[in-house]
Amino acid sequence: MKTLLASVGAVGILAAALAVPATPAAAQGKTLTLCWAAWDPANALVELSKDFTAQSGIEMKFEFVPWPNFADRMLNELNSKGQLCDLLIGDSQWLGGSAENGHYVKLNEFFEAENISMDDFLPATVYAYSTWPKGQPEYWALPAMGDALGWTYRKDWFENPEIAAEFKEKHGRDLAPPKTWDELKEIAEFFQGREIDGKTVYGAAIFTERGSEGITMGVTASLYSHGFAYDDPAGSYKMDGVVNSADAVAGLEAYKALFDCCTPPGYTNSYMQEGLDAFKSGQVAMQMNWFAFFPGLYKDEQVGGDKIGFFVNPGQKVEASTLGGQGISVVSYSQNRDEALQYIKWFATADVQKKWWSLGGYSCHRAVLEDPGFADTAPFAANFLNAMGNVKDFWQEPAYADLLLAMQKRTHDYIVAGQGTAQEALDALVADWTETFEEEGKM
Amino acid sequence: MNDTSTVRRLATRAAEATPPPVVARVGGLGDRAIAWLFIAPTIVLLLAINIFPLIWTIYLSFTNFRANRPNAAVEWLGTRWYTSILTDPDIWAAMQVTARFVVATIVIQTVLGFLLAVLIDKKFRGHGFWTTLILLPMMLSPAVVGNFWTFLFQPQIGLFNYAVSFVTGLPPSSFQMLGDVSLAPWAIAIVDTWMWTPYVMLICLAGLRSIPDYIYEAAEVDRASKWRQFWSITLPMALPFIMLAVLFRGIENFKMFDMVNLLTGGGPGSTTEVASISLKREAFEKWRTGYSSAFAIILFVTVFGLANIYVKALNRVKQR
Repeated sequence: MKTLLASVGAVGILAAALAVPATPAAAQGKTLTLCWAAWDPANALVELSKDFTAQSGIEMKFEFVPWPNFADRMLNELNSKGQLCDLLIGDSQWLGGSAENGHYVKLNEFFEAENISMDDFLPATVYAYSTWPKGQPEYWALPAMGDALGWTYRKDWFENPEIAAEFKEKHGRDLAPPKTWDELKEIAEFFQGREIDGKTVYGAAIFTERGSEGITMGVTASLYSHGFAYDDPAGSYKMDGVVNSADAVAGLEAYKALFDCCTPPGYTNSYMQEGLDAFKSGQVAMQMNWFAFFPGLYKDEQVGGDKIGFFVNPGQKVEASTLGGQGISVVSYSQNRDEALQYIKWFATADVQKKWWSLGGYSCHRAVLEDPGFADTAPFAANFLNAMGNVKDFWQEPAYADLLLAMQKRTHDYIVAGQGTAQEALDALVADWTETFEEEGKM
Repeated sequence: MNDTSTVRRLATRAAEATPPPVVARVGGLGDRAIAWLFIAPTIVLLLAINIFPLIWTIYLSFTNFRANRPNAAVEWLGTRWYTSILTDPDIWAAMQVTARFVVATIVIQTVLGFLLAVLIDKKFRGHGFWTTLILLPMMLSPAVVGNFWTFLFQPQIGLFNYAVSFVTGLPPSSFQMLGDVSLAPWAIAIVDTWMWTPYVMLICLAGLRSIPDYIYEAAEVDRASKWRQFWSITLPMALPFIMLAVLFRGIENFKMFDMVNLLTGGGPGSTTEVASISLKREAFEKWRTGYSSAFAIILFVTVFGLANIYVKALNRVKQR
């Protein structure tokens, strides 16, 4: 009897094993490594990717690097043809260099074979995160994480009747999220040094970081709104009279004025994390930061929920926002290219994109963003759509690092160190950029 | 068996037990060849990790090579980068920042280090404890020092600002050590002094302890005052050691990177952008490998040249 039972059991186990379809990847025991920055959306991606593992049997490993070291670490990895990352969610500005230096796999044939259409994604994100040369239908990444620079404010302070009344008496208008940079400065000045709940608070936390890209990302928010352009006509590399135009000078002066009047003490080398710290600790009335952080801020116990409000980057001459966000690329040195492409295919589907947004990632898929109910899905969703409609990005040239570092230096010298005038800073920037493009053989 | 045969037998055994000379074992190589054989691994290592990179860097400094574009054609540019660097006002600004930093820190650290050495040289209660305490900063990692001084200098919560406020009555948030163009260079000098003065002290202490007691005893006999003893014995005899400390600190601070990078990153603006920070930006952020190689060579020649002149002066002082 025991023998019979054992035999039946063995046959049963064998039958069960045969009945479960073994995926080829599971049989191979493949693991993909995805590299990205260490921030809130990365945690959402870990959660999302569990579905991919369940579906494909391919294990996922993640290499998340803190933002201040992200570019250095990942660009070193690519330049040394490292095989750490199979998939990389890299900054939009890296696209030109990574495409021309062969770091990324070109995805056109793959998209065609798998019926992945770039028309399914918001055109601005395809342009910014996927194409090189810019605007050409040559794709090096799939739009993965839409992002733009936006603002948060202390809604509870703005709605405080005493504060609101005092503001109205002083400025003759309601205390509401600013529509222009002039209004922004006016509000920031109003809050600067004010006592609220027994604490001294300050106007605004803005980007002033010198080491990586911080001050450039912050100052371009003002420059774009004041009508700044990189070259005119676009693609001509004609910068003199454009980069240093009167509008650009006004934009740079506006940012310096905001820095001088209305930032917390010691706020001279601050980027995303310092902004989050200042806002979460109740130090500032407004904060410039990336939309990617807004889901986390909304959930924050101290300053989230009813206490927080969001607004899109104020216009001045035009409506414009600084572009953040990234596309996901397959690293050409990967030993697991097929599996990495499999991940891209899975990630491009509408259902996965919907879940991505629900978990806290910013989808660029039109099925998500053009859903009639999208604007009501989060208090910052409408602002995000608005911002993504008028984003502008920094140079995406292969020499972007040279261009970025020059701007970091010129703007930090003027804004934080107070050296020279805005006109001199932008004239020097034109000279730096001209030298770079001449070295590149583009001028 | 007589004594002679016994001696012969023992000598034969001893000869058999003695290993053949080294020369015989390595196939007739001379002493000089064997010496070369022994030092060859070291020389190969030295060539591989010091000389070859130096020669390669010199070669790259004449080209447009970029490490992030390995597939691009490498063009010979002659002395273009050298001319460009030596006429670039930003590079000269960085060199001036470096020079000011080196001079300020050396002066402060040498004075303080020597005074501390004179104090520590005296025997007093708790001597060992205070010596250890003074040496502690030197034992810390620059990364740790940079990070915690960043917090100490924080205008709103930093202890440094509160200490200054306590002494001067200024509000703590009214000044920014790391964010103010006039204070930031001093902030770095303060941290560097805090960390490296003990090192200068140690070298000076070695100098002070090397002065024989009989010289002081002779001076006592001649009724020389303590002040006279200090100027005529202590300082001249400790001078080579002080000069050595200055040389070490000068070379170290000329290539100072970690502390500046952690404290200010070269800011505000470019106020504290020392040469090594500029070099790092060119080499590993802009990836202008050829340009940064030329810059590195210029820095190397500068340090090497200055150090050589200084060493000659040091030798002259020692001979006196």
